[in-house]
Amino acid sequence: MKRADDYEVRRQHLVNMSEEELKARFWALAEQIVEPMLELGKKNTTPAIERSILLRMGFSSMEVKPIVEGVMAKGLMGKGAGNVVWRLSKKLGITVREAGVGLAEGKYWDEVEGLF
Amino acid sequence: MSLDINKKIDINELIQDLDKYEPKRRGWHWREGRNEPRVVGDFEYHESSEGLKNYVPLPGSRGFHYIDPQPDCVITTEVASGRFEDDIRRMRMAAWHGADHIMVIRTAGQSHIDSLIEGTTQGIGGIAVTRKQVRATRKALDMIEEEVGRPINFHSYISGVAGPDIAVMFAEEGVNGAHQDPQYNVLYRNVNMIRSFVDACEAKKIMAWADMLQIDGAHNANATAMKAWKVRPELMVQHALNSIFSKKVGIKPENIALSTVPPTAPPAPCMRLDLPYAVALRDFFSEYKMRAQQNTKYMESDMREATVTHTLNLMISRLTSADIQSTITPDEGRNVPWHYNNIAAISTAKQAMNGMDGLREMVKLDRDGVLGQEIRELKERAVLFMEEMLEVGGYFKAVEQGFFIDSGYYPERNGDGIPRQIEGGIGAGMIFERDADYFAPVSVHYGDNNIPAEFKNASDAIGGDTFEDRSKIIYIDELDEFDNVETRLKEVEKYTNTSMVKPEVEWKADGVVATTIFLPLDERTAEFAAIKCGEKMGLEDVTVVHKQCLHPSEGTLVEIKGRVKFDININDLIIPEKPEVLSEEEVRSDIKENPIFVVAATVGQDEHSVGLKETLDIKHGGIEKYGVKYLYLGTSCPVEKLVDAAIETNASAILASTIITHDDVHTKNMRKIHELCVEKGIRDKVMIICGGTQVSNEIAKEAGMDAGFGRGSKGIDVVSFMVKKRREM
Repeated sequence: MKRADDYEVRRQHLVNMSEEELKARFWALAEQIVEPMLELGKKNTTPAIERSILLRMGFSSMEVKPIVEGVMAKGLMGKGAGNVVWRLSKKLGITVREAGVGLAEGKYWDEVEGLF
Repeated sequence: MSLDINKKIDINELIQDLDKYEPKRRGWHWREGRNEPRVVGDFEYHESSEGLKNYVPLPGSRGFHYIDPQPDCVITTEVASGRFEDDIRRMRMAAWHGADHIMVIRTAGQSHIDSLIEGTTQGIGGIAVTRKQVRATRKALDMIEEEVGRPINFHSYISGVAGPDIAVMFAEEGVNGAHQDPQYNVLYRNVNMIRSFVDACEAKKIMAWADMLQIDGAHNANATAMKAWKVRPELMVQHALNSIFSKKVGIKPENIALSTVPPTAPPAPCMRLDLPYAVALRDFFSEYKMRAQQNTKYMESDMREATVTHTLNLMISRLTSADIQSTITPDEGRNVPWHYNNIAAISTAKQAMNGMDGLREMVKLDRDGVLGQEIRELKERAVLFMEEMLEVGGYFKAVEQGFFIDSGYYPERNGDGIPRQIEGGIGAGMIFERDADYFAPVSVHYGDNNIPAEFKNASDAIGGDTFEDRSKIIYIDELDEFDNVETRLKEVEKYTNTSMVKPEVEWKADGVVATTIFLPLDERTAEFAAIKCGEKMGLEDVTVVHKQCLHPSEGTLVEIKGRVKFDININDLIIPEKPEVLSEEEVRSDIKENPIFVVAATVGQDEHSVGLKETLDIKHGGIEKYGVKYLYLGTSCPVEKLVDAAIETNASAILASTIITHDDVHTKNMRKIHELCVEKGIRDKVMIICGGTQVSNEIAKEAGMDAGFGRGSKGIDVVSFMVKKRREM
């Protein structure tokens, strides 16, 4: 879009605002703009977020990638990759670490089916 | 492992047992003792912080008892050589000059790698940010901060498609600050918009837990825009969106910093454009911190020009405020920064900040005039920008329509912004809605988390995560058999803990040197003549790094770089012994028993007097302090007059100062004094001592003097020599 500078026309509703009012308006607008992004963050997850969770659960960067890819392939991202590993460990009676390493090595994926 | 000031840091030792290393601390550190007056040397400082235990002061400090006052703001240096083992040595040098924020640049392309990377592969324009390199660097910085006596903030980047992964690793490894701005991913890295913001929520949440300082990415708009000063309203919007977004996720405002750059540079009337912008920003963002960056947009290869621009940027910082003063090396317009240019940039900041200490107590910004009008206009334009963003349907729609990086001064639009599609970009289609039974069993997490009822905290499900129990972190050492630090260290083994040395600018033994050449030629011919000069000097891979026309036909300045082919064995060097200085007591009692009288002057057509006066005067610790009496004959003194005065007063010594060296006049004058004394039959009775910035003991003795004293010499050195020499006579 091309447009000439129409600042003088557009600014009319701002002209009489005090400095404080203008500042308050600036931050109110900014807050309004980021609100939907904060909501998206609350309700969604991504491979990077799930990897970061698995890292914190005690898996290496080499292990977390195949686990998350497997969880995506199974359509279980909505449950959380960490959740998959945790539930699997409970089901099989093994440690969380054993469950995750197993998944990273391609094992136990059949067991994952019935977790949810 | 700890550091010894007299020894180089041992990288081989540093990388041992890294798997067991734990960082000393977490979180950002501001300098101690700000906002209080502080006496350093002869002066009271009003914008300073606590001093360092070990430091290298500015060269000009010689006139002020070598003080090194530390400004109140954190000072940043950016390191980007691609080899962490060499970067670490540079960090140590930088810390001694006053840097306490070390920003490590990432290798090109890392932001598009969808996972953490491991090992110590060599990077391009920065290091591959991996756990091993981060841990080794933090370990080195933990020791360096002990050496200088001030905590050092370690900083890198949490952006790209592996932001949350990197945030976790940084939090675990004691990284203190990071760039994090989803808008940067969207606009400059073409990462999918939704992915970028969703990832950012988790990354920022982790940063908040680690008490990391966050810097935004808005300065990139300044560097990308065609006319940087036109995007000022948009810059304010970008800063605002990342700041409020971060605050809402949970980062405390004092850990949220704006990366702000004075947008323009001379020959533009930059102060008139940059100052209102700086003030407007500080008005609106009073809750947040200012990381004042320096202008790179208008940088060419001229280091002098860059330094002047940066000094003007520093003036903006002092006239407004800066919590972190970032520095850009003056050679960034030529190459990846060299060791000594990091130091040059830090020194520019420290020097200017010291010099402008307390400026605002005397100079006030006049908001009543044009400055106030400009500030108001910028603020209104930024508000109008966001109003229109909401009118078109919010952030994503605005980006799709190319709102950002448009070269028009908003509301003017030139239709040349960077549009991104909501469905497009890297990582698109990789967003997954959380189900009602979504669960993340970790202690720090943003958004919906359905924690099973049996647990109080999410991470109880796994008996604590790595943030609660470090022993759970899985450390990977190397993945590449050939491209790693061990291989690189072997390649330079010849120069490690041996007597062999080679010049370097970036990497150990890279052999690079730079030379400044003036040629009485036009620019194009000079360029090729300079390369030939370098080749004839024995350099390899000669390239021109800078040229400056002085006149279309009369001459050109050219700077070249090249590699030397040789090594130096320091054992083969003939280094004259440094003369031993007698103690003050010994000198004093000797002179008390047997007085010394000297005649002194600056000889020839030379009006310099400071050096000699400092050598003589009691208040500068000169020879007078030790009981020596003198007759000072002033400047531009003919040598005949000086020698005659020595005869008349029966002086023990002649002290001649000579600063001007044009046509070797300094050595000619020395020789003349010697010959005159021989002629007049007093040479064996009188000591002749010469001093000057270009004088060395060797040069002076060669010219018939008994001793020579160069730059940095003090009264005690001269008087000690006289006492010892007299004993031999």
